[in-house]
Amino acid sequence: MSLLSVQNLNIRFSTNDGAVYAVNDVSFDIAAGQKLAIVGESGSGKSQIALSVMGLLAKNAQTSGQVMFDGHDLLTLSNTEMNKIRTREIAMIFQDPMSSLNPYMRIERQLGEIVEHHEGVRGAAQRKRVLDVMDAVQIPDAKNRLRAYPHEFSGGMRQRIVIAMALICNPRLILADEPTTALDVTVQAQIMKLLDEIQRDMGTSIVLITHDLGVVAGFCEDTLVLYGGRVMETARTEALFEAPTHPYTRGLLRAVPNITDPSETLTSIPGSPPNQMKWPEFCPFAPRCPDAIAACHTTLPVLENGRACIRSVEEIA
Amino acid sequence: MISPKKALSSPETTTALAEQMIVSRSFWADARIRFFRNRMAVVSIFMLFCLVLFAIFGHALATWSYEEIDWSLLGKIKTEGGPSLSNGHYFGVDELGRDLYARVVQGSRTSLLVGFIAAILAVGLGATFGAIAGYYGGRIDQIIMGAYNITLSIPYIIFFVVWQAFFGRDLIQMILVMVIINWTAGLLIVRGQVKMLKNREFVDAARMLGMSDFKIITRHILPNMLWVIIIYMSITIPETIMYESLVSFLGVGIQEPNTSWGALISQGAGTMTFGTLWQLAFPAIFFVIAQVSLYYIGDGLRDALDPKER
Repeated sequence: MSLLSVQNLNIRFSTNDGAVYAVNDVSFDIAAGQKLAIVGESGSGKSQIALSVMGLLAKNAQTSGQVMFDGHDLLTLSNTEMNKIRTREIAMIFQDPMSSLNPYMRIERQLGEIVEHHEGVRGAAQRKRVLDVMDAVQIPDAKNRLRAYPHEFSGGMRQRIVIAMALICNPRLILADEPTTALDVTVQAQIMKLLDEIQRDMGTSIVLITHDLGVVAGFCEDTLVLYGGRVMETARTEALFEAPTHPYTRGLLRAVPNITDPSETLTSIPGSPPNQMKWPEFCPFAPRCPDAIAACHTTLPVLENGRACIRSVEEIA
Repeated sequence: MISPKKALSSPETTTALAEQMIVSRSFWADARIRFFRNRMAVVSIFMLFCLVLFAIFGHALATWSYEEIDWSLLGKIKTEGGPSLSNGHYFGVDELGRDLYARVVQGSRTSLLVGFIAAILAVGLGATFGAIAGYYGGRIDQIIMGAYNITLSIPYIIFFVVWQAFFGRDLIQMILVMVIINWTAGLLIVRGQVKMLKNREFVDAARMLGMSDFKIITRHILPNMLWVIIIYMSITIPETIMYESLVSFLGVGIQEPNTSWGALISQGAGTMTFGTLWQLAFPAIFFVIAQVSLYYIGDGLRDALDPKER
């Protein structure tokens, strides 16, 4: 049975200029211990999916569909009920460790507050939990750093603290919203390795949200490609990188340099992301798609066998 | 003799090094250092401290009580009622022959009490409403801002007179009415700060961690804007003392037999033309010292606490 099951999720924002269809008809499942990557460019709705799971969408958002977790539909739970699930069951790692830590709070308080709030653990037991989780995210010399402030840490160390905050209550699912975007490449690798180890040790499921295909390649078993708030393709990560079947995924992969083939020229996808002010009536990628035919501009492809394209793989090969 | 390499990697050296590296200096420790570098602010703190000591323990030095009338001086206040050490009237006597020193101690007590208590309560109230308005926004924000605008449009002296006509004129009423008039102090600035801070990622993170709104405001937002509230408080205290003195000067504030700086200045100004200038000078000096040092402390606090000044 899957741990989290998202069914036909739609997220729409009402703005002064009209509705924005951010996420349209997205479905996916995550089993316990699974690692899933959600890949998409800016504005493809990937962060909004995570926020809707956490119940943290902006006030002007309207949702439909289902987000089933443990027999509850998270979209219908009240804020108080959600507060019991947040962090204890589902935790989130934010993108920017510089701003997601409270600058006026010592690290011990920052972490300790969470166990105190959720489990009522105080005093020496609380300190032990904090030290344990700091060890788990491999912060050296944790004891001496308890009383430090966030600004005394480097970016990578701060991201470790943010991860520790997500881990401290042993959640069953972690949503990592671009956890490495604000970090430099060497630190990125360390953080991804850390997440991998934690996932293996604790059996947590991880949803990794990113625009960086390089991060996905070595980390997640499964990948889901979003475009214009719709699922374009979903497949095992290896298969996706070996033989992408959707024109958009192919375009994405052609834009990433390949170290084994230096002769290859990088091509970008022409055009710009779709206007999401309208409910999509045809494939959102059609205007930029090199393989589009007339029918692509009139029909909305459904996700079948992990790809949403009306043309068959053979046709566009 | 241990080899240098061994000594470097010994546990003693590493812990000593680690301790040296992590000398955690908090924002407040930093601010304290900056504040004490400001000479005017330190002098002002000292002056204010002396003034408070004077208000609390001043009566111990007085040879006369503030209620006693020195009958021996009545009728010749102008010639013999001036400041004198020999008859125990250090600041002279007032127009009724009461010891002015004891009266100034009594007035300082009232003015400082009203100023500090009313300002702290008013800023606390304003900050609370400001935080609620800023955090929740929408309808609640509109209601609070409406109340704010209405309060601004009430002429406070008239409100003061009407209030005191209904509820009497003692110290408690004075503080109460000061709080009611000043509840908007700090409201706007706190509302703005909260509006800005609530969109910061660490507040989202706190929401993600399942914290209640109350905890988010008190534990996460408040520490981030405490410096604003403290600065605002330091401006509001002298303002409140000024208000209090103004209404007392106009004769609608503190009533006899109690007194305040404003009331004493008013009496002193009334008898100024008879040549008894000391009756104006002493309360005025105390009032000015209090105002100047409070403003300098506020200034020093702003320089020390404003993150942009660093």
